[in-house]
Amino acid sequence: MYTEKVMDHFEHPRNVGEIENPSGMGTVGNAKCGDIMRIYLDIDENQIIRDVKFKTFGCGAAVATSSMATTMVKGKSVQEAMEVTNKAVMEALDGLPPVKVHCSLLAEEAIHAALWDYAQKNGVEINGLQKPKTDISEGEEDEEY
Amino acid sequence: MKRVIYLDNAATTRTRPEVAEAMMPYFTEYYGNPSSIYDFSNPCKEAIAHARETIAKSIGAKTSEIYFTAGGTESDNWAIKAAAEAYQDKGKHIITSKIEHHAVLHTCEYLEKRGFEVTYLDVDEFGTVKLDELKKAIRPDTILISVMFANNEIGTIQPIREIGEIAKEHGILFHTDAVQAYAHVPIDVNEYHIDMMSASGHKLNGPKGIGFLYIRTGVKIRSFVHGGAQERKRRGGTENVPGIVGLGKAAELAMQDMEERAAKEKELRDYLIGRVLKEIPYARLNGHPTNRLSNNANFAFQFIEGESMLIMLDMEGVCGSSGSACTSGSLDPSHVLLAIGLPHEIAHGSLRLTMSEENTKEEMDFVVERLKAIVERLRSMSPLYEDFVKKNSRH
Repeated sequence: MYTEKVMDHFEHPRNVGEIENPSGMGTVGNAKCGDIMRIYLDIDENQIIRDVKFKTFGCGAAVATSSMATTMVKGKSVQEAMEVTNKAVMEALDGLPPVKVHCSLLAEEAIHAALWDYAQKNGVEINGLQKPKTDISEGEEDEEY
Repeated sequence: MKRVIYLDNAATTRTRPEVAEAMMPYFTEYYGNPSSIYDFSNPCKEAIAHARETIAKSIGAKTSEIYFTAGGTESDNWAIKAAAEAYQDKGKHIITSKIEHHAVLHTCEYLEKRGFEVTYLDVDEFGTVKLDELKKAIRPDTILISVMFANNEIGTIQPIREIGEIAKEHGILFHTDAVQAYAHVPIDVNEYHIDMMSASGHKLNGPKGIGFLYIRTGVKIRSFVHGGAQERKRRGGTENVPGIVGLGKAAELAMQDMEERAAKEKELRDYLIGRVLKEIPYARLNGHPTNRLSNNANFAFQFIEGESMLIMLDMEGVCGSSGSACTSGSLDPSHVLLAIGLPHEIAHGSLRLTMSEENTKEEMDFVVERLKAIVERLRSMSPLYEDFVKKNSRH
């Protein structure tokens, strides 16, 4: 059901772990679906993401999207990290099953939450960054039958 | 090919080679339509009659009370929808439980949209239907009680005899979905006062796509699938002869060694449960500790999610299932696990392993060892576990 890339990132997740005294940390979750992602960022004085770590409670797609998202923001400036959208993460993973698209939204939101935390703590403004939602759900409804 | 340890026998079972063998001639040699009058079709008619007899005998029913269907889901749909239609003049109230299979639950929801009222009974922490609630739920317009024999996820066996007695006392039809229980535990429809019972072939080492509905003589439900005069005009469509033969053979074999099989499964089950609960922290057993199907073990592991567990087990060649939302294609975890009172995040971390007599103790050992490593690995990645550890180290 998953692409090779998703399986690779699930089996060998990149950047799992914690960062002590992170520059920014964000936890987001979808209470209904049961995915929770936490991102830690270590950002230097030039606003470059020096290191990133994640922890995820969730399905294979949730782990893989967190892992992929961390590789895509590492070494980037905070402004560049804003361009790592859920679509970009999905494309990098060669796609996700339709029911798992919300996992990629969660990954994007987790990065934003960590950036928001960093921006708040340091009085930094990041273009396009909004206060993160803590609960992501697409309002999916069951079809009538 | 890598070794496969198949522990998903509640999903489906391996068709016994003897069953497949018994079916073969009915594809290539005796392929006549049982409704035709020529001699060539006689072996087909006889084979169907023989299977019907075997099945009737296995539950203490008459042959005229067994109707072949395409499986458990069709049987459930037929029993509930047709009974609702036939008895709606008496009333439009149905009682079922919160832990039924979707074949029953979604059928009841369908009827609710068409003017019927349905009471969904609560279950206790072990998943047993509360009898006092059942009694309280009965109204003058109650026409049907439908409670499953044994639950497909957590394996809990329901007090079917007591429910049957209550239904009989009140003159209410009693249907039971026995898909997981038939040919796994002894069932006598008269002793248990069962009026209708659903069963499926592929849960007892028979073929997929075949099942039956038992309908007690006198129950006035009519046809569900309209067409020809097959199945006493109650279920149209040319009979699935190879399927029926396979179901009959599977039932015959399963009834012969039921006790022995159950004892073997139970030993494996209890060994697995014992080791898991002892060796993996923050694990719990879902369902009744003793009054459960002999092949069902269902665990919840805190702080981790079921689908991740299943994928990792799959990499080791172990087939299991989970009540996690992510495995069901919906966003909610299993309704059964929620009904027994598990919080969402724990229900997401469930794992069902259902064994067969073909499994071995050595396989259980392998699974426990792999599972220990998998649970530990997923916990090391889990923000919930991180929070839990930090919270505990502060105290």
